[in-house]
Amino acid sequence: MGLDFSVVPGYLGVLAMGAGWTMAITICAGVLSFFGGIVFAVIALYGHWSVRLPVRAFAFLFMGTPLLLQLFLIYFGLIQIGIDLPAFVAGVIGLGLHFAVYNSELIQASILAVDKGQYEGARTLGLSRGQTLRRVVIPQAVRAVIPPMGNNMIALLKDSALVSVIGVMELTLAAQQAISRTYRPFEFYLAAAFCYYVVNLALEAGLRHLERRIAASR
Amino acid sequence: MDTELILRVYPFFLEAAWVTIQLSVLTALLGLACGALGAAARLSRLAAFRFVGAVYVSIIRGTPALIQVFILYFGGPQIGIQLDSFAAGTIALGVNIGAYMTETIRGAILSVDKGQTEAARTLGLSRWKTMRKVVLPQAARLMIRPLGVNINALIKGTALVAPISVVELTYTAQRFIGSTYKPFEMFLLSGLLYMAIIYVVGQGVHWLDRRARIT
Repeated sequence: MGLDFSVVPGYLGVLAMGAGWTMAITICAGVLSFFGGIVFAVIALYGHWSVRLPVRAFAFLFMGTPLLLQLFLIYFGLIQIGIDLPAFVAGVIGLGLHFAVYNSELIQASILAVDKGQYEGARTLGLSRGQTLRRVVIPQAVRAVIPPMGNNMIALLKDSALVSVIGVMELTLAAQQAISRTYRPFEFYLAAAFCYYVVNLALEAGLRHLERRIAASR
Repeated sequence: MDTELILRVYPFFLEAAWVTIQLSVLTALLGLACGALGAAARLSRLAAFRFVGAVYVSIIRGTPALIQVFILYFGGPQIGIQLDSFAAGTIALGVNIGAYMTETIRGAILSVDKGQTEAARTLGLSRWKTMRKVVLPQAARLMIRPLGVNINALIKGTALVAPISVVELTYTAQRFIGSTYKPFEMFLLSGLLYMAIIYVVGQGVHWLDRRARIT
């Protein structure tokens, strides 16, 4: 039936709103995965076994299974135990937890790589174990993994398309809506891909800038 | 945990796992082919090839794989490409992982010591012969492990064909969640099968890597 891109401009508003939601999801899930990653890392390394083992098992399960499957588990699982969250919240939780697990792996390695002298020095100065971790070790560890965590954020942006499957109104679902009215899948998926690509390029440029600043401040 | 239900539905999951394995193997083969071509293009002497390779990697890695699957499956018929969901999914995912493999293969080739190329060229080997007899055998050893990481991601990535109704593990889990309202059991059942596949492939990669290692 050929291609006809002249139908796209009529739906620019729908696509723009979808892109806005995609960014909102990426930011919310990104923040959740950042702090979740730190919490998981500290528990996996220092937690009492009664919390360490469940967290390790959870990480093992989430690293070995597809994100889409996890989204189904969280979305339908929460409904089953009586928590009926809006799809947006379920999507943010799913994406956030998935990437928290990956961030946690990075942070764990980084915490272990912080010079032992830092820990000993802080303890000698009278800081408690918790204070030493919170004020000395973790800030250094997190700083060192910002570049690889940034790569996870870029992956998160692209994977946010998956929450369209559980009905979150974002860019991919916005494109689908336009398609259901116009029957022009090629044009609208391509338009959506273009939006993702532009945001992705901006994110990459920002990340490179951040990396240079971190490298310069060392 | 509803074990009775699990015992009742597991044959469907085994069948679905077989589809996931087929998808994974075909995607990996196509991905390796695209990766090899992509790396050759990115390392070419011709600027036009380098450009095409760079555009391929940038566009594919810069957009969601799910959208790529949708473009080929739903948009393909508009430009005269009519594929069933399995074929469309395999091709889209193969081309997708190929972009990541391009970077892996290129990285491995570039990390072979430059002195090797220089020495071979000095000894009178042609550019092509240098690549084939000196650089590639060394690069091949270096790329086994990172390609293993790509393949691990690809196996989990095959779930992306569930939305276009290929009856693989994630689709099957979704269907049974809908009909039984037991999301946790269905997640565990399909999750364990994914992990089993990934484990076996991981062991294979590990074995290859050890064999290829020069001590």
